[in-house]
Amino acid sequence: MAKKEYAFYPGCSSQRGASASNYLKSVDSMCKTLDIKLTEIPDWNCCSASIGYAEGGELPRHVLNARNFALAEQNLPGQEIVATCAACWLGARETKERLDASSQLMADTNEALKEAGLEYKGESDIRHMVEVLIEDFGYDELKKPVVKSLEGIKFAGYVGCQTNRPFGIVGESFENPMYLDKLVEMVGGEALTGYDQKVTCCGGALAFSEPDKAQAQIKDIVESAYDHGAEMIVTPCPLCQANVEIYQGAINKKYGKKFNIPVMYYSQLMTVAYGGSAKDAGLDGQVIRATRLEEIAAKR
Amino acid sequence: MSNLSSQAAAQYNNNFLKEVEAMVEEGNWVKMCMQCGVCSGSCPTNFQAGWDHPPQEIFMMIRAGKREEVLNSQSMWMCTSCYNCIVRCPRKLPITHIMHGLANYAHRLGLAPKNQPTRHFAKLFWNNCIQTGRVNELKLSLGLYFKDGFKQGIINGLAMKDVALGLLKAKRLNPFELFKAHGCKDQKGIHAMLKKAHEIEERRKAIKTA
Repeated sequence: MAKKEYAFYPGCSSQRGASASNYLKSVDSMCKTLDIKLTEIPDWNCCSASIGYAEGGELPRHVLNARNFALAEQNLPGQEIVATCAACWLGARETKERLDASSQLMADTNEALKEAGLEYKGESDIRHMVEVLIEDFGYDELKKPVVKSLEGIKFAGYVGCQTNRPFGIVGESFENPMYLDKLVEMVGGEALTGYDQKVTCCGGALAFSEPDKAQAQIKDIVESAYDHGAEMIVTPCPLCQANVEIYQGAINKKYGKKFNIPVMYYSQLMTVAYGGSAKDAGLDGQVIRATRLEEIAAKR
Repeated sequence: MSNLSSQAAAQYNNNFLKEVEAMVEEGNWVKMCMQCGVCSGSCPTNFQAGWDHPPQEIFMMIRAGKREEVLNSQSMWMCTSCYNCIVRCPRKLPITHIMHGLANYAHRLGLAPKNQPTRHFAKLFWNNCIQTGRVNELKLSLGLYFKDGFKQGIINGLAMKDVALGLLKAKRLNPFELFKAHGCKDQKGIHAMLKKAHEIEERRKAIKTA
């Protein structure tokens, strides 16, 4: 039996051929090493992210999330729900808090869920993968399987918004959370703790609808990483990862910059440190390749 | 003013604060604002001249009954959902949610600005994700590029071609999603439960305006 088991909510961006498929790949590898068994919630649906509110409204949004909870309770009883995506986690947890706080909203939600033959009892807890790592394992335990050090690589830990606010990781501050830096140090990398854009917003969904505004924010995030001497940026959020990585070319054109910095997930660093191959760590999924990590992964 | 909008205003004797409290998600918090402005100083888009009225100004305008100005405003649509205002507000107002709630209310009443890009994208996103139960990133992007017609769509698409090619090469964008997309098995159930949820929400809002 696996050391820990969870009901897994991977989210839309992690699907095969989607924008964060490399995140999922590395999470799978990382969990294999740590003996974590993630069982996908059968037939899970979209959380409607942080942009679904305008058309979706209140109750439909909660009903979408509650469907996943009900499916988890029914198929994976007693298991906590774990999300890897910041927006999935936030959306789901928000719904759970609102439903817990209002019997009316809970009753309305269940009235709607009945149409899909489901019922939500309010049992499951919603957690982020980072919470699982830090709270259920802890840095000492996570360090044990490290076989390769990422020594000499300087990382700017970009936490972003939604894994940090409004819920965040217990014991961390909203203004300067340290967990990502600690994870970097745990795998032997150098954490640039003075990186001042750590919790700046990348623009989120406005990267699509208001690209100029979002790219102005992304420019600051990348520029500060360079200013602090970073070779790579590391993040826990799929939208942060995509926004900060894929628009660097557009920002270069617009602002006359020469940005070309890899943007990684914590799970990719851990997979490489645990001895995984470049493929295991999803390094082939980078738009801006992380050559130094690929070299370490290739070393026997 | 649209019919729906004038009805709603009349139900509350043109007391806009009362209307917001009853009809807007988390709107009952608005009166708690003490005008300190920390939300505005914490907002990433406020620094880019994005807001015609920053959050604390919106709250005061609600109390002052400036209904049209608030609901016609671009302001709420500038929210990136970064939640900085929420965690810093000394009175713990759920400002992000109030902004979303106001945007949703303005959208529903038909008072939100026409061609507001985030309004358009939000609608596109919701319809995209509920169609199969999961987001189709390819159709979402294409829908966004082609919002101003075919010709502009090609121009927008070409402007983004480097981003798309990078993602294609990294296998993070799948052109076949256009034909055979990811999706939930029980799409019928999802559509039925969402229809019901909309009905219930309409019913609840109707009781409040009755």
